[in-house]
Amino acid sequence: MEGNSKLSQFQPVKSIFEINREERMAPGHRACAGCGPMIAVRQILQSLDVKPVVISATGCVEVTTSTYPDSAWLVPWAHVAFENSAAVASGVEAAMHALKVRGELKEERPVIALAGDGGTFDIGLQALSGALERGHRMLYVCYDNEAYMNTGIQRSSATPFGAWTTTSPVGKEWPGKAEIKKDIMGIVVAHGTPYAATASISHWKDLMTKVRKAVSQNGPTFLHVYAPCNRGWRFEPKDTVEVAKRAVETRFFPLYEVENGRYRVTVPVAKPRPLEDFLSLQGRFSHLLKPENSETLKELKGIVEERWSKINAAASVQAQV
Amino acid sequence: MSDPRVRPVGPYPISQGGWHEGGSSKAYVTNDWRLEKPVVDLEKCVGCLYCWVYCPEPAIDLLDRAGKGPSKVRIDYDHCKGCGICQQVCPPKAIKMVPEEEEVANNGSI
Repeated sequence: MEGNSKLSQFQPVKSIFEINREERMAPGHRACAGCGPMIAVRQILQSLDVKPVVISATGCVEVTTSTYPDSAWLVPWAHVAFENSAAVASGVEAAMHALKVRGELKEERPVIALAGDGGTFDIGLQALSGALERGHRMLYVCYDNEAYMNTGIQRSSATPFGAWTTTSPVGKEWPGKAEIKKDIMGIVVAHGTPYAATASISHWKDLMTKVRKAVSQNGPTFLHVYAPCNRGWRFEPKDTVEVAKRAVETRFFPLYEVENGRYRVTVPVAKPRPLEDFLSLQGRFSHLLKPENSETLKELKGIVEERWSKINAAASVQAQV
Repeated sequence: MSDPRVRPVGPYPISQGGWHEGGSSKAYVTNDWRLEKPVVDLEKCVGCLYCWVYCPEPAIDLLDRAGKGPSKVRIDYDHCKGCGICQQVCPPKAIKMVPEEEEVANNGSI
């Protein structure tokens, strides 16, 4: 895994006009109108000059882009099981490395494993952990729509505290999901991963720069992309980008990167909007804005503030060193 | 089989481990998913590409795909699902959503 290939050159995205205009995703796939994960996938694919190899875990993107007998992918792509996208991507990377050593590789390509939050936080976690530990040169992308959407909006460990899903219902006994979202970035960083970052589809320049930076690293990298789902979160399809933007502006989803253990907040939010601005757009949080659930709302605000201050503390401590 | 949405009844033969042609979904038309369609005002369009970067399909055709500068756009009405994100993210407000039944001249670019 030598670092002297042309993939190692990192160019931040300076302007929208420099990004690749040749489509890597064909239209006609069956994703819902206003699909957030599909925006994430398109932005990731368009940000690279070289066509990557994409390994998809089972999930919304896989189901909708490869509906038999069609495929929407214009890059080398394979679907594997729900849990092993990281393992298969490791194998692809190892095979390409072997070909390179033998001098039989025609063109170097980045390897991208693509999984949803179910395929990352829950089902694919041990394959992800193994791939990070073995140190394969690959980018693992988790598009986070915060539940199992195509099977009918069941909760995952990425679903935020207080959110409604079909398996964390809202009623007299339960005010939505009772557990807090798993800190997947903390788990990934604990592996000593060279580069891990969060991104949101609303901040395309930030997202694309992070993809390019991740691909240029000589080792395993991780990208956690916030991708709203209008069907599962209960908002209008036209608001997908607005919801993602408000998640960042209310500090609900902090955008930061961790490079060799060093934290940096890439989109600082000095004056956050009230959290209600983010919640009020979505039906899954509508119960939190009712007076009887004010305690749950307060608790959620506490969780958001704690997460934000934890990341900022890590970033500022390291800035002083 | 004049309607491209209607495929012949299977079975479809699976060969070589079951691969299918990349990008073949383009033959599948999704224009009956939408209730409203976007119309681009080319006078107002500044070619900033925001609608293209945020389109989940892609159903935005770039008029200048080979270039490296601003490019005006045209809507791909065969595949647009009418989500309306392009209208929301358009900085000069050059895109508006009109009811699907409404006749628009010049293939939606006015």
